[in-house]
Amino acid sequence: MSEGVDRWQAACLALQLLAVDPVGLKGLCLRARSGPVRQALVDLLPILPLPRRKLHPTISDEQLFGGIDLSATLAGERVVFNQGLTSSPAALVLTMAERAGADLGARLAQVLDSDMGHCLVMLDEGAEPDEHAPAALTERLAFLLDMDGIGAQQIWSPDIDMANLEAARGRVAAVPVGPEEITALVAIALRFGIDSLRAPILALRAARAHAALMDRTVLEPEDLSVAVSLVYPSRATMLPADETPEETEQEPPPPPPEDQPQDGETPEPGSGIPDEMLIEAVRALLPAHVLDTLAPSRATRGANGAGGAGAKHKGNRRGRPLPSRAGRLDGTSRIDLVATLRAAAPWQPMRRKASPHAEGLLIRPSDIRLKRYEETSDRLLIFVVDASGSAAMARLGEAKGAVELLLAEAYARRDHVALIAFRGSGAELLLPPTRSLVQTKRRLSALPGGGGTPLAAGLKAAGELAIHARGRGLTPTVALLTDGRANIALDGMPNRAAAAEDATTLARSLRVQGIPALVLDMSNRPQATLHDLALQMGAPYIPLPRADAKRLSAAISTALEG
Amino acid sequence: MKSPFPFSAIVGQTAMKQAIILTAIDPGIGGVLVFGDRGTGKSTAVRALAALLPPIKAVAGCPVNSPRLEDCPDWAEIGSKEIVSRPTPVIDLPLGATEDRVVGALDIERALTRGEKAFEPGLLARANRGYLYIDEVNLLEDHIVDLLLDVAQSGENVVEREGLSIRHPARFVLVGSGNPEEGELRPQLLDRFGLSVEVRSPTDIEERIEVIRRRDAFETDNAGFMKRWRSADTKIRNRILAARESLSAIVTPESILRDCAELCIALGSDGLRGELTLLRTARALAAYEGDTVLTRDHLRAIAASSLSHRLRRDPLDEAGSATRVARVVTEVLG
Repeated sequence: MSEGVDRWQAACLALQLLAVDPVGLKGLCLRARSGPVRQALVDLLPILPLPRRKLHPTISDEQLFGGIDLSATLAGERVVFNQGLTSSPAALVLTMAERAGADLGARLAQVLDSDMGHCLVMLDEGAEPDEHAPAALTERLAFLLDMDGIGAQQIWSPDIDMANLEAARGRVAAVPVGPEEITALVAIALRFGIDSLRAPILALRAARAHAALMDRTVLEPEDLSVAVSLVYPSRATMLPADETPEETEQEPPPPPPEDQPQDGETPEPGSGIPDEMLIEAVRALLPAHVLDTLAPSRATRGANGAGGAGAKHKGNRRGRPLPSRAGRLDGTSRIDLVATLRAAAPWQPMRRKASPHAEGLLIRPSDIRLKRYEETSDRLLIFVVDASGSAAMARLGEAKGAVELLLAEAYARRDHVALIAFRGSGAELLLPPTRSLVQTKRRLSALPGGGGTPLAAGLKAAGELAIHARGRGLTPTVALLTDGRANIALDGMPNRAAAAEDATTLARSLRVQGIPALVLDMSNRPQATLHDLALQMGAPYIPLPRADAKRLSAAISTALEG
Repeated sequence: MKSPFPFSAIVGQTAMKQAIILTAIDPGIGGVLVFGDRGTGKSTAVRALAALLPPIKAVAGCPVNSPRLEDCPDWAEIGSKEIVSRPTPVIDLPLGATEDRVVGALDIERALTRGEKAFEPGLLARANRGYLYIDEVNLLEDHIVDLLLDVAQSGENVVEREGLSIRHPARFVLVGSGNPEEGELRPQLLDRFGLSVEVRSPTDIEERIEVIRRRDAFETDNAGFMKRWRSADTKIRNRILAARESLSAIVTPESILRDCAELCIALGSDGLRGELTLLRTARALAAYEGDTVLTRDHLRAIAASSLSHRLRRDPLDEAGSATRVARVVTEVLG
């Protein structure tokens, strides 16, 4: 109960800090589903001292940076220019930020980096953990406010002293910063495993803004603790070790810069400022689920980004050209100019009579023809690897070798790959669809073996991933590597008969959904049951040839091509 | 608009700074690829480049920055004959840029309103004689990448579409940055970059503190900060200019050529681009350091950045390619 209240309070404070220093703090990302809580915060946005401009994820370059308004130009028979939304300093509000692609992210990042006085508010409505705003942007913004789980009864509208905000804006630049404060902020960032140096820079600005808001001329420990508790939690990748920060790396420190006087000794992290207190401030604000998934979240962040960006970016704007078609310019399609002019040509004499004083060609919006393309989608290879005890006993190592060879080929063909492992009581998506060979290899070599064989769970995970991938325009193929000794049913209970039945059901469902698959038997002797399962899946069955990963890879390639 | 963060004030990241300076001395090296995590100063360094580089002389109003009037493309309607000095262009190629914006296209405004066929130059024209910076280059769409490869190779942009037939010089240095965890770059594009460096967040706490301190000073006391670093930037600029002068006078002993070839054979790098880049980069380094004869020390200093991205990818080798290069360098050069 009170936890939601605290988070609401923090969110209101973050917004006020942003109102004090909108340009320095760059903005905030508000992660919440549409609802009263989000609405209440959006209603507070007018406290930002900049005009607000709304952006949407499919906004065109002309709208962002300005350009010719083609439809208006044609209709009005004179050139109509659009002012770009970013042409003057503004608070840009990006709605549905989770749907924004990496390309929009890159352009907005460029806008933020150019220091023209913009600030960005992203409204991220992502429901799933892997739906989120472009990482290039969240990284640049000071605050990420996750409003998930705050009830409407836990919020109130805060008293905001507009005059004080205004005054604080004037005071903020005058707040001096000493070396101890910087040291403390950097040390804490390191202890939470925050690599990026933008975090401490933003925290420092947040601390300043807070001091200015509280009408102080020097930074107090409270300012720092507010700043770290607002800026760091969403970036933390690990919990701090209890004692000294472990930042021992083999790289030798470069020579100290000549112009800055260096104090001879390593400063004690947090001299003068109770370091532990700051750590606690962040720790208390780390959401519970972040604590659970801390390690994987760090590892998958890049891959997730790639998944989203990759799929969008595969985007379907290239391929074999098709005949152009009449349509409206909506910023996502491209005009086929020749076809447009051809469509307009027969009407010129008639239109000339209708408007004799117009210059040049007379083109109406209805003449516009758009380019169309047909394209083939990229392939996604989903590896479903049995990491159970029995498989580990048999030939998990060889199977890994075979997968690595396949990866090398997938890389050459520009395929995407995903990795699912099943062992113990369930299946786990180790690597969401990615093109990164480095990631896949790392995950694969770290894959431990042991436990039961939940074959059904593995197939289920593969099926779900395949359907999801198809939704994003990829063509999935499932490669199942197992020894076929299913002994864990779908509900996680050890029951050999039920396990086999569940596996058969799911195998059939894969075939019904038309997901191509192949089955690799990695047991010591080929298993008849596994052959039957492959038949149910409508998949080729390949017994793993002994100690010859190259031949295996050749066999798989043939099966996939066929 | 604020001036960018001074190049000389960037803390650490020596490999990246060295690579950027060397391509400024000899643009023929062919571009820098910077791979690393977010927030390691990649963008800062590239944006600082524009302010660091000496200005170029170009015909006023020429869309491709031609140095002489007779070099201006015939489609460009140039009013004045004046030669002006303008900053070295550093052009950003944003991720979602359309083909039209990159190569240029029919000027729709003029086509529709005045019925004239005119060419509207794209980013490649503006980047001529300068730098083209692509952030998140590994996420760039494949057909744009193909286009860039083609132009970077030939030094000329040819537009044959929508009834236009236009060509103009497009000689630029590609600077790409990205995060390898988000997707790989095609080997063909990798090979086109002369140098590649990997950047990491500094792990030394003192260094990190220094970064924050300078950034803070830059933001709060901009004028004072810029003044403090101006002389350091000027010093680098003068060294670059001097190095450009002395570049052709660098003596290359026969033994060094042999070393280059041996290094590349030992590493099994494809093609001869490895040797050529190695040699050019080592020469640029020698010029920058004021030496007159190329030595093995120069090769050692730049071998990793000029070769590590040219190796055949071996999916079964766990060690990074930079380590492989370092290993071979010690084997071959001793």
